Amino acid sequence: MDDYFAVFELPRKLTVDGEALRRRFYELSRVHHPDFHQGADEAVQAATLARSALVNRAYRALRDPIRRVEYLIALEEGRDTREGSASRPKAPRDLLEEMLEVQEALEEARAGELDESARERLRGERERLAARRQAEDDALVGRAAEWDAAVDAGGDRQPLLTWFKERLAARAYLRTVIDDLSAALGEDQEQHVSHRRH
Amino acid sequence: MSRIVGIDLGTTNSLVAYVDQHGVPRVIPDVEGRALLPSIVAYTPAGVLVGEAARRQLARQPHRTIYSVKRLMGRGYEDVEGELSHLPFQVVPASEIVRIRVDDREVTPPEVSAQVLRALRQQAEAALGEKIEQAVVTVPAYFNDSQRQATKDAGRIAGLDVVRIVNEPTAASLAYGLQRRTEGLIAVYDLGGGTFDISILRVKDGVFEVLATNGNTHLGGDDFDLALVSWLLEDIQTVHGADLAGDPEARQELRLAVEAAKCRLSFEERTHLAIPFGDFVYRRDLTRADVEARIASLVESTLGPCRQALKDAGLSREQVDEVVLVGGSTRVPLVRRRVQELFGRTPHSQLNPDEVVALGAAVQAQILAGSITDMLLLDVTPLSLGIETLGGIVSILIARNTTIPTMAKEQFTTSVDGQTVVDLHVLQGERELARDNRSLARFELRGIDPMPAGMPKIEVTFLIDANGILQAHAKELRTGKEASIEVRPTYGLTEAEVERMVDESFEHAEADVAARLLIEARTEADNVINHVERALTQGSQLAEPGELERIRDAVATLRRARGGDDRELIHERTTAVNKATERLAEAMMDAALKGALASKRADRILESS
Repeated sequence: MDDYFAVFELPRKLTVDGEALRRRFYELSRVHHPDFHQGADEAVQAATLARSALVNRAYRALRDPIRRVEYLIALEEGRDTREGSASRPKAPRDLLEEMLEVQEALEEARAGELDESARERLRGERERLAARRQAEDDALVGRAAEWDAAVDAGGDRQPLLTWFKERLAARAYLRTVIDDLSAALGEDQEQHVSHRRH
Repeated sequence: MSRIVGIDLGTTNSLVAYVDQHGVPRVIPDVEGRALLPSIVAYTPAGVLVGEAARRQLARQPHRTIYSVKRLMGRGYEDVEGELSHLPFQVVPASEIVRIRVDDREVTPPEVSAQVLRALRQQAEAALGEKIEQAVVTVPAYFNDSQRQATKDAGRIAGLDVVRIVNEPTAASLAYGLQRRTEGLIAVYDLGGGTFDISILRVKDGVFEVLATNGNTHLGGDDFDLALVSWLLEDIQTVHGADLAGDPEARQELRLAVEAAKCRLSFEERTHLAIPFGDFVYRRDLTRADVEARIASLVESTLGPCRQALKDAGLSREQVDEVVLVGGSTRVPLVRRRVQELFGRTPHSQLNPDEVVALGAAVQAQILAGSITDMLLLDVTPLSLGIETLGGIVSILIARNTTIPTMAKEQFTTSVDGQTVVDLHVLQGERELARDNRSLARFELRGIDPMPAGMPKIEVTFLIDANGILQAHAKELRTGKEASIEVRPTYGLTEAEVERMVDESFEHAEADVAARLLIEARTEADNVINHVERALTQGSQLAEPGELERIRDAVATLRRARGGDDRELIHERTTAVNKATERLAEAMMDAALKGALASKRADRILESS
């Protein structure tokens, strides 16, 4: 799999200076973008197109701190990342219990008409879960430095990697439930399948 | 490298532009000094008319005069079925795309657009005195793959190599960047005749990076007009007891009058309508508030995409430094008001909103030609790209708002022993189920070596190029052999069809300006003859002695001239017929007015009794 860190000549670390990354992205784009190779022969054009696509994908994966963690895990495990998976994420064990109540409320909402108190309840749940998801994000970003230190020290990164994976799974699941709540409230106007995104 | 022009192929009007020797982008006007070419094509018995000449046929030959064809580009019959009843010309389904039937011929939307592109090409060639073979053509940012491909096909049919498809709002930002050195976070709100786009860009150090885009390829000034026409048709029914909904000529008259009134009301508070319809004249005052009441919900529906684009860009509205308005429909005061409320800042349109997209296309042409090296446009794909997986679920390979060019790789295998072909269904859209998304194409991987099920490993690379158009290739990983991939576009022309149209267009291409002017003269003559003949059946009792004979003579003389090739003579004879009928036409109009007044008076007497 392509090493996006290598594209930007960066070490495999989670702390990235966003502004420097963006500047570098613009520089690389000025070198590789097809616009600047319009007159070149076909083979050169094809190579530029592939290189430009790689730069764009690398920037996309690295510019966002959460997506960066997702990509790093995939890279460490040597498998491809996907923009979205077809199957809905399963509930992580530690969330299972507290989700029972939300799922119950959702079932009820789907079964019948929503009165104002039921709507109020769903909105409350959604707010709580959104805060919960934000907390997961903060926790993930919060331990980025720990990972970087382990890389520098050459320490065992496996436990941290496992923890990252668990938190990402929890985050994906929370997102699904938040979307379900919005759908039940009829506030999902865009109809976008956002739970299949990062 | 020869010159590349920039073309804005609009729903209502189209323009061509270039960058002059001082580096200033300029719109290229036609011989009469007009910059805007109406995107209208009339397939008349005398020949094909484009632009202003075609526009004059809208109410005369509505079933032969094609307008707003951009809304049909790259679309299937079921996409447009709902609005066909509003169109005076006949749209028929044809193997997943649509065709337009005019008399005994059928044309596809790319062929109609090609007529407009060819006229622009000739306009540029006449003005610049050189042959033009390459163009950058703009499309709405929210155009999908099929719509982009159809635009490229139109270029080819017109004899133009479309070297780049550029998104309209991004093109506009390039024009602003070059001429006004705009920097920061910019929102471009682009509401044209038929389409709506919102794009959020970061402009810094000469790089124009699109962060997110959203829109609706079926929302624009056309829809404002339609809402107003429906409302006024009801009013006419109430006031005059006439149902004009099924009368294409009358509908076109009304539409043109409404469109003009709408434009006036962008600068005035009230205006007056006076539309002659055969036996009555429809008159009424129209206020800006009247218009706003009918279009409010349409304007409102542009705001959701704006919010979504901000969200996708990861920005709050306070972070946006500048809001730029593009497209003729942004002259509508209500649109400006709602955009201002949404973004919390005054939007501006310092560059002419009709011209700015074409100017930006010309700038992009200079970048591609290597004449501008300090500017770079990084655009995104507006819609997610995915493939259908088991159970009809979409698996996303490339998410919307990903910077292009971009690529994704995916492995496929067989499910039956000895299987040598694998089918793939590629879709575009944001919905979970394949059937709710836009089908782009079915791909067939062929020539797989017979192996037990699950053994072959075929890697397919999906690449979205800088035009936002999908390319795909496949490789068998065990053998390293390139697998052949056959693409069957769901909504588009096949390569063979485009080839045939390119050939045909060379055969039918109207040789030069003289030929076109002759067609215009003949069409005008046909119109006048038809008109006079109809008038004679209705109003002959109002004629003075000898008048009918004089008119018939003039018409017969015009007919003879119409049969020849002398344009000047046809003009002369047409004018002669008009002169011969002047008095009678006035007498008929007077009679109609008196009739209308009389019936109104009768109404009033009935009401008061």
